[in-house]
Amino acid sequence: MAYDKFSTITSPAVPLTIENVDTDQIIPARFLKAIERKGFGDNLFRDWRFEKDGSEKAGFPLNDKKYSGKILVAGKNFGSGSSREHAAWAIYDYGFRVVVSSFFADIFKGNALNNGLLPVVVTPQFLQKIFAAIEKDPATTFEVNLEKQTFTINQTGETTNFEINPYKKHCLQNGLDDIDYLVEMQNEIEAFEAAK
Amino acid sequence: MTSKTLFDKIWDAHVVKEVEGGPNVLYIDRHFIHEVTSPVAFLGLKNRGLKVFRPDQTTATPDHNVPTINQHIAVKDELSRTQLEMLKANCTEHGIVHHDLGSEGHGVVHIIGPEMGLTQPGMTIVCGDSHTSTHGAFGAIAFGIGTSEVEMVLASQCIMQPKPKKMKITVNGKLAEGVTAKDIALYIISKISTSGGTGHFIEYTGSAIKSLSMEGRMTLCNLSIECGARGGMIAPDETTFEYVKGRKYAPKGAEWDKAVEKWRELKSDDDAVFDTELTFDAADIEPMITYGTNPGMGMGITQTIPTTDGMVGSDKTSFEKSLQYMGYNAGEAIKGKPVDYVFLGSCTNGRIEDFRAFTNFVKGKKKAPNVTVWLVPGSKQVEKQIKEEGLVEILEEAGFKLRQPGCSACLAMNDDKIPSGKYSVSTSNRNFEGRQGPGARTLLASPLTAAAAAITGVISDPRELK
Ligand code: SF4
Repeated sequence: MAYDKFSTITSPAVPLTIENVDTDQIIPARFLKAIERKGFGDNLFRDWRFEKDGSEKAGFPLNDKKYSGKILVAGKNFGSGSSREHAAWAIYDYGFRVVVSSFFADIFKGNALNNGLLPVVVTPQFLQKIFAAIEKDPATTFEVNLEKQTFTINQTGETTNFEINPYKKHCLQNGLDDIDYLVEMQNEIEAFEAAK
Repeated sequence: MTSKTLFDKIWDAHVVKEVEGGPNVLYIDRHFIHEVTSPVAFLGLKNRGLKVFRPDQTTATPDHNVPTINQHIAVKDELSRTQLEMLKANCTEHGIVHHDLGSEGHGVVHIIGPEMGLTQPGMTIVCGDSHTSTHGAFGAIAFGIGTSEVEMVLASQCIMQPKPKKMKITVNGKLAEGVTAKDIALYIISKISTSGGTGHFIEYTGSAIKSLSMEGRMTLCNLSIECGARGGMIAPDETTFEYVKGRKYAPKGAEWDKAVEKWRELKSDDDAVFDTELTFDAADIEPMITYGTNPGMGMGITQTIPTTDGMVGSDKTSFEKSLQYMGYNAGEAIKGKPVDYVFLGSCTNGRIEDFRAFTNFVKGKKKAPNVTVWLVPGSKQVEKQIKEEGLVEILEEAGFKLRQPGCSACLAMNDDKIPSGKYSVSTSNRNFEGRQGPGARTLLASPLTAAAAAITGVISDPRELK
């Protein structure tokens, strides 16, 4: 699946202070029945975002007009639960390109990276600073610089570094995916099978 | 030579290549697919003009969306039906064995793999489902993957994976009566939380683990993912070999002897180093039940729901939000609370041993009239065995009916949904908000604790109802 090449992003952020947000909340199981990779953004956080009759629930950050942007900032242990990649698709499809938290579940992190969505891990203290900055001014912007691996709160100028595997960084920057790489390795894979 | 853990031995033997500054290219021996996470992967192959690289190493079965009654008639839900049809069409096109709904080999993907002997010690096994960790019970490296990775396996029989850290969890001693593998798992998760295993692959060991049956080991490994670990595994031993022997895809004759000889080598070296080591005592474990909305919110059935004393900030808010969803108060006892539904099944507890335990417990007793009980075998084979062993008669005598195999109420993707606000004691693996249906309230427990609830109509300690 091709996705956009990732370069520097400067954007306001949407705060989701809840912790342990699991994949069932990101995209409830009943929306996994699609056979294409389209339209998942509409059902992102479905049960938190909408009432049963489809009207928006007041108070949920995604429904709050004062928040916008390509960055989702979430409480710790984001993305736990199921391996459904639909969770990463839904977040990407909604328009986010970066998710920031102090802790991510492993599978979610892998799925995000495979789909052009950058998970940024910051310290719990820095996470609180980000939440505080948004609370102070919802329109405040943040800069995510993948090349330098930095995340900056533009309001205060505070910057933190984040880690990313160099291979995944290269893939994100170039919009490449693992399948291209693996398919080109066919001879090596066959040699491995023969030697087994 | 440096000493290695069981995990290292299997992992290292499957690395095709180490990408510089990147993950390992890991060779996959066995791949399972189901209807939900595979269609987009097949579509991806098609868009790239690729064929499945090793179709005989992939096995398919539909499980998440299937109804568990009247499986002989067409699936009503159109979207589900489309996914089932897509799976079949994709398997036919690419020459993949497909155990369709109603066929002898049908069932929940993590139940049929071991049953057919497709799951074997020393293998790397993946599936687009997080509970693939189940297969680790055989001394295999087994873990759940996303759809992009399903596509990778279909295209190349490999995936790109960084090597995880290693954790050793030792449980020594003897389990008390009424305490099962499920209770060990819920106990561990309650101690280390749903993120305690993140970044790790677990090896379970110790006398309490070694004494578990294969079914029990599968239940334990199945739940590894709920503490955040990629997977869990147990070194293969006589119990493992005994289980695998004679199964459809198990090696036969001289091949078998050769295989067992190799499998005996599959254990961590005595001085192997783990990144994290934890030890628990089996004697401390009582029947467990969850009271909140993640599997880490569990406690012994005789205990009271924790209070928020000492909790601060967002921890406290999350905890309170969770109890509010469940309709419980901090500090209160869970025993005696009302139950509306009981669900026995899923890849966690849908195996024959679980049905034996449940049946044994309810034998000669009567189902509580206020409880709706769904007994869902994990596979056609389990269903067949339940019938052959005469369990159906005992269950019917006690007022229970058997449904047909599938994931059922484990997740709200098929018709078996728990209504909003209702309490369900479930032997499955997740108690997330809405997991069993929007607004449903799930309490995870063992088949014995589920049986006790089904008989009394309230949350009960199975040890008091012998
Ligand atoms: S039974 Fe539940 S956890 Fe297991 S494969 Fe089915 S949906 Fe997933």
